[in-house]
Amino acid sequence: MPRYDEEKLGEILSALPPAPESWVKAAQDIPLAQRGLDQIVERADADDDYRRRVIEDPEAALEEAEVVAHAETIEILRRRLDK
Amino acid sequence: MDGLAQPFLGAVPSLIVSYGPVDAVQAMGLRVELTDAQLVARCRTGDPDAWRELVDRFSRYVYAIAVQGFKLPEHDAEDVFQEVFARAYEHLHKLRDDEAIRPWLAQLTRRLCIDRLRAGSIEQLDDDVEIADADDMIARLDESLAVHEALSALPDNCQEILDRFFARDESYHTIGDALELPSGTIASRISRCLTKLRVEMEGRNLGASAS
Repeated sequence: MPRYDEEKLGEILSALPPAPESWVKAAQDIPLAQRGLDQIVERADADDDYRRRVIEDPEAALEEAEVVAHAETIEILRRRLDK
Repeated sequence: MDGLAQPFLGAVPSLIVSYGPVDAVQAMGLRVELTDAQLVARCRTGDPDAWRELVDRFSRYVYAIAVQGFKLPEHDAEDVFQEVFARAYEHLHKLRDDEAIRPWLAQLTRRLCIDRLRAGSIEQLDDDVEIADADDMIARLDESLAVHEALSALPDNCQEILDRFFARDESYHTIGDALELPSGTIASRISRCLTKLRVEMEGRNLGASAS
């Protein structure tokens, strides 16, 4: 069983600083981004011109859907359009 | 993603205990901390509050693995951080044991950090970083997260002052201004709260030994 004194506890707490707030917020908004992706894919499935535009410029499509265009989000969008 | 649902070996077990019928306790207006497994189960139902809580609970852990364990620069660490949570959201249903969310996230973060290093975008660092050292760091971060969980059981004023002083590295002056406390009282409050935290940790360890 590990033993803790106050000094060691202080050191241990220091090892977990908070992540930047904007990163945390973006990660918390992933479900919203997912819904935005769903809308883009649904529209692309129904409209070939729109699909071409999304493939050419996925960042613009994401911005239009109010989804932050992180590299991972763009990659997910490309994968979903390839299916 | 194959294999990501396999828990990371060597991680410590979760120290959070079950608190019984959560909804009933919450309905009484009391604060309750869900176990990791309960939180994952709620995320699977599409509960957006649960997902926010999950990110909040593990954000420091993922961040520390990327920045302290693998020493990624901020912009690479941010990409890894977002990718970890995006993949976790996408593949949460593949997790075999809901209680294993922490080691699963650790393994995912570790793999993505290694991929990032091997991609060669961090030329100045990749020769220096020893993956074994990073794994040692992850083990230490598991301990830190357990202490952080114990901290959440302390009164709010203790949580805040200890977090500000140790994790956020704020000065007595900054803390005093933020909490409207005389700077001269900060040290004694930190000391008292650390004692409470030690007692909380000892109680948890005794409980873990007895079970």
